Amino acid sequence: MKNFGFKISKPRAIDLDSADTSLYKKLVKVVPSLERCIMCGGCTATCSVNNHTEFNLRKCHLLFRRGQLDGLTQELDKCMLCGKCTLVCPRGVNTRAVVMNMRILLGCATYERRVSHAVGK
Amino acid sequence: MEQKVLIIGAGVAGAEAAAQLAENGIRVCLLEKSAETGGNVKNWVKLFPDFTSAQDVRNGIFDKLKHPNIEVRTGVTVHKLAEENGQWIAEDQQGNRYEASAVLLASGFEPFDANRKEELGYGIYDNIITSIEFEKATKAGQLLTTQGNAPKRIAFLNCVGSRDEKVGNNYCSRVCCINAVKQAIEYKELVPDGEAYVFYMDLRMSGQCYEELYRRSQQDFSVNFIRGRISEASGTIDKRVQIKAEDTLTGLPLKITVDMLVLMVGMEPSEGTRLLARQNGIAGEYGFAQAAGTFLADNQTGKQGLFLAGTCKRPLTIPETLADARSASLQIMEYLK
Amino acid sequence: MLLESSRTFIEFLQDTSLFITVKSSHFISFVVPFYLGCIFLFSVLAYKYVRWIRNISKRQRRIMWRNLFSRKSWEALKETFMESLVHRKIYKRNPLLGYMHMSLAFGWFLMIFFGKVESSIFNHSLLDDPSFAIFFRFFVREKGLYPGQNTLSFIMDFLLLIVLSGVLLAIIKRFRSQLMGMKKTTRQTAIDKVALSALWWIFPLRLLSESVTAGLAHNGSFLTQTIGNLLVSIKLPLESMELFVWWAYSLDLCLFFACLPFSRYMHIFTEVVLIFLRKLGVRTTENFNGYSMVQLNACSRCGICIDACQLGFSAGVDNIQPVNFVADTRYRRLTAEVLNDCLMCDRCVEACPVGVESTLIRQQIRTKKVDENKLFYAYNQAEKARKKYNVIYFAGCMTHLTPGIITSMKKIFEEANERYWFMDEDKGLCCGRPLRQQGFIQQANELMLKNKELIVSSGIKLLVTSCPICYKTFKNDYRLNGMQIMHHTEYIDYLIKYGRIKVEKSKLGIVYHDPCELGRGCKIYDEPRRVLQSVGKLQRAEYERENAFCCGNTMGNSVLPSEKQQLVRNEALDMLTKSNPDILATACPLCKKTFAGGNRVKVKDIAEIVAENLEKSSNFEAE
Repeated sequence: MKNFGFKISKPRAIDLDSADTSLYKKLVKVVPSLERCIMCGGCTATCSVNNHTEFNLRKCHLLFRRGQLDGLTQELDKCMLCGKCTLVCPRGVNTRAVVMNMRILLGCATYERRVSHAVGK
Repeated sequence: MEQKVLIIGAGVAGAEAAAQLAENGIRVCLLEKSAETGGNVKNWVKLFPDFTSAQDVRNGIFDKLKHPNIEVRTGVTVHKLAEENGQWIAEDQQGNRYEASAVLLASGFEPFDANRKEELGYGIYDNIITSIEFEKATKAGQLLTTQGNAPKRIAFLNCVGSRDEKVGNNYCSRVCCINAVKQAIEYKELVPDGEAYVFYMDLRMSGQCYEELYRRSQQDFSVNFIRGRISEASGTIDKRVQIKAEDTLTGLPLKITVDMLVLMVGMEPSEGTRLLARQNGIAGEYGFAQAAGTFLADNQTGKQGLFLAGTCKRPLTIPETLADARSASLQIMEYLK
Repeated sequence: MLLESSRTFIEFLQDTSLFITVKSSHFISFVVPFYLGCIFLFSVLAYKYVRWIRNISKRQRRIMWRNLFSRKSWEALKETFMESLVHRKIYKRNPLLGYMHMSLAFGWFLMIFFGKVESSIFNHSLLDDPSFAIFFRFFVREKGLYPGQNTLSFIMDFLLLIVLSGVLLAIIKRFRSQLMGMKKTTRQTAIDKVALSALWWIFPLRLLSESVTAGLAHNGSFLTQTIGNLLVSIKLPLESMELFVWWAYSLDLCLFFACLPFSRYMHIFTEVVLIFLRKLGVRTTENFNGYSMVQLNACSRCGICIDACQLGFSAGVDNIQPVNFVADTRYRRLTAEVLNDCLMCDRCVEACPVGVESTLIRQQIRTKKVDENKLFYAYNQAEKARKKYNVIYFAGCMTHLTPGIITSMKKIFEEANERYWFMDEDKGLCCGRPLRQQGFIQQANELMLKNKELIVSSGIKLLVTSCPICYKTFKNDYRLNGMQIMHHTEYIDYLIKYGRIKVEKSKLGIVYHDPCELGRGCKIYDEPRRVLQSVGKLQRAEYERENAFCCGNTMGNSVLPSEKQQLVRNEALDMLTKSNPDILATACPLCKKTFAGGNRVKVKDIAEIVAENLEKSSNFEAE
């Protein structure tokens, strides 16, 4: 099987009883359009960075939604924020904002200056 | 005064309603903007889900128009429709006026213009066609690429112009899924050793025998179904088509080069539908005409004497359209009493 | 010791001209608040300005000092006069609003100037007590004491009248802003309100004080004397009133001065500092620094940017405009939403009379800290040029979603017999600007490095790109020395000019939409228009060039939902299609896709229109 680049957390099943989905709830507060995603994969299909490195926005989002956060930080910084995915999304999801805010929520990118009501603070 | 009904659009809905009304002794004037009757069903060869000959269905519907109570006027584009003192008046480009006690709007749909999805390369690269063009091409019993060969590999893309916020159409056109299955089977019948791929977001096989046809396409014709939306299509030097999608079920991006890409274009309200619905204040969200009620007044509008039938309301299949036209003619007869 | 030092201080005062006043007027107590206010104001200003200027990078400061003693200082002085005093830009936008600002700023300035002239003549000294000029009428009560007294009092009264008219307009504006051609006026903080009321009272109080004194001493001119006589005629107890009103005037001045550094009126002095810094070569950098602080404080909150903002008038977003953003930043209440919800179209910057580059400051504040150890990107797959070519073609990520532009550019390159390298045909990298705009600087630099390596190693001297976003960053951020960077509209214009491609003029009516990054961003206005004129009939849009609308889709905004984006787009489409054009032409893949989604008119890129109208026989005849 092809290695996706990061491993799913140890027990190889998603246990929604114990998964922490609080970050996802914060995310959709900032990017409400994400709730409309129908997992068509248009974003990943068009992704410019796919030629260079394995990055799958749809999958990252889904793992984030299910509270499976291990290894996501490594994945998300591959995105070039070029915005192609936002242009093809049939459901009008603000995909760039999804990536940016996931990074902020996961704590792997923080505003240098104090932005008081910034996400994740 | 003699009761007369004006029907705008001589497609499936208009023709069926005209026939029903005429049978019941009501005089009908049927206005059609094209040179001949037939509507969109003109383009079809075989119909899903059981490959009934479209010609047979057409004969069944349009032969009934030879009724003495029906007056068919083709080449008439109605550009104004309004009520004046309890009578409905339609006016065409030349200024001819048509008067009636009731009007049935059956102005139908038109296929989505695939040029509007530029990233799919339609109109820019060779061998990218719409589902309508696929029908036209197979009329003569063969399917050829621009280079004159039978395509060894073909891809069908669902939801072109439907369920797509970027073109302003959030609705599902309902017929494309099953139509893609039908056309994939037809392709396999024409090119038995060819490979057919259907790219879909969801497969909606909700009609009678649709699921069975889907099953057959897998079992008997080895049609491949890939769950993922094609984001871009581009032409290669040898005039093939390269497609980018995500195979969402393996979670990996996917590239494939095919000899032909068929875009399953959705339904949009026709120009006449948009115009006349707007004029009478019954235009819905996407330009379709809006009926007064979803359940009990699906053929009526907010205006007395103005009725709706068929795909001017929303995407419908042919059997659904026929039933809707009959229901509309009943409503009209009730109204004229 | 304390006693001794205070004695030396008094001796020092006696030595200086300051003492002249004290002597001649027997020291009046009400000058104290004025002095306290002044000392406080100028100490705070000095503290702030020194701190901010020290916070500008060393390199820029060196440039600044070098330019200080050059023609540039003179230019800065000129600009200060035209903008800070006369308010030319505001006047051009709306004469009434311009007059309001001019009468207040320039009128007040002239009052101080002529007041000083008056007191200097009277005291035979340029270095007399500053308060003497301010409270001159109280001190100098007789007539005919010095030459030109009548003329000067007339001038002073006249100026007071002008300033008062400005105050009146300001009061009207606060309650009826439409009169000044403005839709909305700005939100005020508490300290702003205090400063504002203090400012409104200064001149009426001055008028009253001078009139009371004129009533008693008959030293006024046409305005103050008339009112003074009126006050006498209604038998007011002027003697007991006099000190009281002068005290009120001084206290009001003190209050205004004390509030000034913490209110919007900080702009009065900071605008001058900003003009000087800018003229002396200081530029907005990637990092938030002292120059950003100067810009933030130079904002007068006039609210002109509110009317320029499409998010405001098309999408009903009313809390993110530069006035609000600048105030939020100054008062430390900025939210991520206000920070990120901006089209970055620069319409506001273009309209700003002070020239606050709020968009760049936004970008500075968006800068994000990223843990070095947590970066996992690797962009190794990009391919180098394999042959010798003359031109690099960099389509840009977005352009891959508008294949019409790519195929047209290919056709044009072939027609011009250009050997080109399609750098991002298959495995292109992003130019880095979208990341930069969102504050991911490290990653953006990584992409730039990789792209630069590919570009430099190809040895090609001309880069053509189809995307204005890429174009701007290639031009401004990449430092590709010795290379020419062209947007494809410039390149096509050049090909037509030198006869390398020939086009036919069609009968199509074309309206051109200036993409933000190409127009306001890079000042490319004429080349696209020249090209379009050679292929069709160019129609004019109501708002174009510097004032052009944004299509609503942008890499700069990460908040705006698509519904609101569509509102912006639709209003832009309404404006552009007023002349019923056959084609709406753009020069940006993002604008093209956005407008095409509106489904209102045929939208084409300039490259496509040119490729469709190439002269057919040109190659044929040669053979």
